Amino acid sequence: MKHRTFFWFILPSLAAMIAFIALPLVSVVIQSMHVEHEQIMSVTENCGPFGCKEEVSVDAEATAALRAESPLGRFNGLGTYFDRGHLASQEVATAWQERTSLGDFFSRLYNLPLYKAIAFTLTYTFIVTPLVIMLGLAIALGVNRLAPALKGPTIFVSLLPMIVTPLIGSLILFWMIDAQGIIGKSLQWIFDDPELSLKASPTLTWITLMVYGVWHGAPFAFVVFYAGLQTVSSETLEAARIDGATRWQQVRYVVIPHLMPLAVFVSLIQLMDNFRVFEPIIGFSAQANASSLSSIIFTDLRGDVIRFNSAAATSVITIIGVAILLSPVLIRTWRDFKGKAV
Amino acid sequence: MSNAALKTPRSIVYLSAGFVIFWVIIASFPFFWTLWGSFKVQGDFFSKADWRNALWGTRTIVETGGPFTGAGYHGAWVQEEFWRAALNTFIVVFFTVVISLTLGTLGGYALARSGARYAFWLLMIALVFRAMPHITLVSGYMLPFFQWNLWGHLPTTIIVLVAINQPFTLWMLHSFFLNIPKDLDESAKVDGCTQFQAFRHVIIPVMWPGVITTGLFSFLLAYNDFAVTSMLLSESNRTMVPAIAGFLGSTFEEGNVMFAVAAVVSATAPLFVLVMFFQRQIVSGLTAGAVKG
Repeated sequence: MKHRTFFWFILPSLAAMIAFIALPLVSVVIQSMHVEHEQIMSVTENCGPFGCKEEVSVDAEATAALRAESPLGRFNGLGTYFDRGHLASQEVATAWQERTSLGDFFSRLYNLPLYKAIAFTLTYTFIVTPLVIMLGLAIALGVNRLAPALKGPTIFVSLLPMIVTPLIGSLILFWMIDAQGIIGKSLQWIFDDPELSLKASPTLTWITLMVYGVWHGAPFAFVVFYAGLQTVSSETLEAARIDGATRWQQVRYVVIPHLMPLAVFVSLIQLMDNFRVFEPIIGFSAQANASSLSSIIFTDLRGDVIRFNSAAATSVITIIGVAILLSPVLIRTWRDFKGKAV
Repeated sequence: MSNAALKTPRSIVYLSAGFVIFWVIIASFPFFWTLWGSFKVQGDFFSKADWRNALWGTRTIVETGGPFTGAGYHGAWVQEEFWRAALNTFIVVFFTVVISLTLGTLGGYALARSGARYAFWLLMIALVFRAMPHITLVSGYMLPFFQWNLWGHLPTTIIVLVAINQPFTLWMLHSFFLNIPKDLDESAKVDGCTQFQAFRHVIIPVMWPGVITTGLFSFLLAYNDFAVTSMLLSESNRTMVPAIAGFLGSTFEEGNVMFAVAAVVSATAPLFVLVMFFQRQIVSGLTAGAVKG
């Protein structure tokens, strides 16, 4: 294809991406380096019967005018990145110097909002992803054994948790685990503890969110693995049987190696999706016990005072996180591409 | 093939069937429970006394006279005007899908037919864009949109959703076009067509299965979005998902939770229908990316 033709074909799509993905990224970086204007102080001289006094007061009018005129605020360099709400360099240094043990250091770190969010996001990503893959594989193996007439309806039902709007799916589960809902009540009965509430403790909230994550993600892994199972060569399986492989050995040494490339694909997609975990935290009203990088950006933008610079700084840090997460994939694809070209 | 060695032991058959049944219950029960409960009053759906009240509708009979009530639906659709949100969702989703497919088909076709190095880089950049949490982009939009008075309108949201959708659409359609033999449009060009004419007369007639599948996923992205719609739309322009979140934030009085439950069921229904009719396309779309690498 000629370069010119290529350009005209790709132009609309490229323009949309530049205007609404690339430029916002620039905007995020710029916003993160600015901070709202300080309040303007005015000095007035107040003269009374006992002599004159100088009084400093906030000039509300001038402040409002200045803020309205340049809403971006004043340049702050990397100041926002290192303040207490973000990387908190000072607090981290103090925590390191005053630590009594490594555990103590981490628990101090956990009190800082950004590190708390990072802790949850990473834990969620790296626990949910492997569980999704294992559950998906188990379901695929099970469904593969069903009678053909049952396969269609089973796949239909299996797709539902994935297809449902994440916020709606988490609300549905949230109502069920409510202390007065069906699952909440059942758990109270099982553990014989009428006070048990899944919302009360951070640990239980984390577990609930991850259970939701697995429920939501498993269908995707299932569908991909199920499609992969259809292409397992029956000759290889038969050969393995003739050589005396047990059922488990057939799965372990024939089926799983065949599905390995698919597992890489599923884990890549799941890593990307789980890293931006957001809706379940809102749906489960779990902001108090669990926050992810996305949810603290949301809170900054939604609060009574909108803090653009803080949200922007967290966004930049999140994007760097995504880049680190993706870098192995990008490097591998680049090598493949170069290999093909040569 | 029907020899004894192939026969599966009973225990494994039972175990595997049992596991599938277990999964089917986990996957579907929450939806049926919520659908059933949406026709009850709050005293039954969240029962202080006995969860079985939700099955028989004990409080519902006391309060309304019958075991089922449409009060939640009436409250949501009529009293809280959920139909506005449904209409907005329809507008946003329709235009997002149409525009992103138009742009995506052109772009995906170009990427599939160009072997140049920059095409590869575009795909890589698209992959990075695809991985970015949407909310990080939203924080980039907010301030400029406030400044230019673009904030709160449906067209703004549609364009933003189209753009966020592009990386995924490009990847998917790119892999579909790779599957359409190159000879097809090459021979049209030999016969004197320009590249665009070849695309128009040769490729468009055969591309529909891929476009429909991609369209389904664009639909899901726009329909399920919460981050963009909740931040960029004013209250009167809200779509269904932020409207449901709004029900929860403002109204925790007795009975009003049932509005949210009814709204949730209403918003899930179209997705059920979608899966029912397009199950095959959804499955093939999910696996397309994986199988083709």
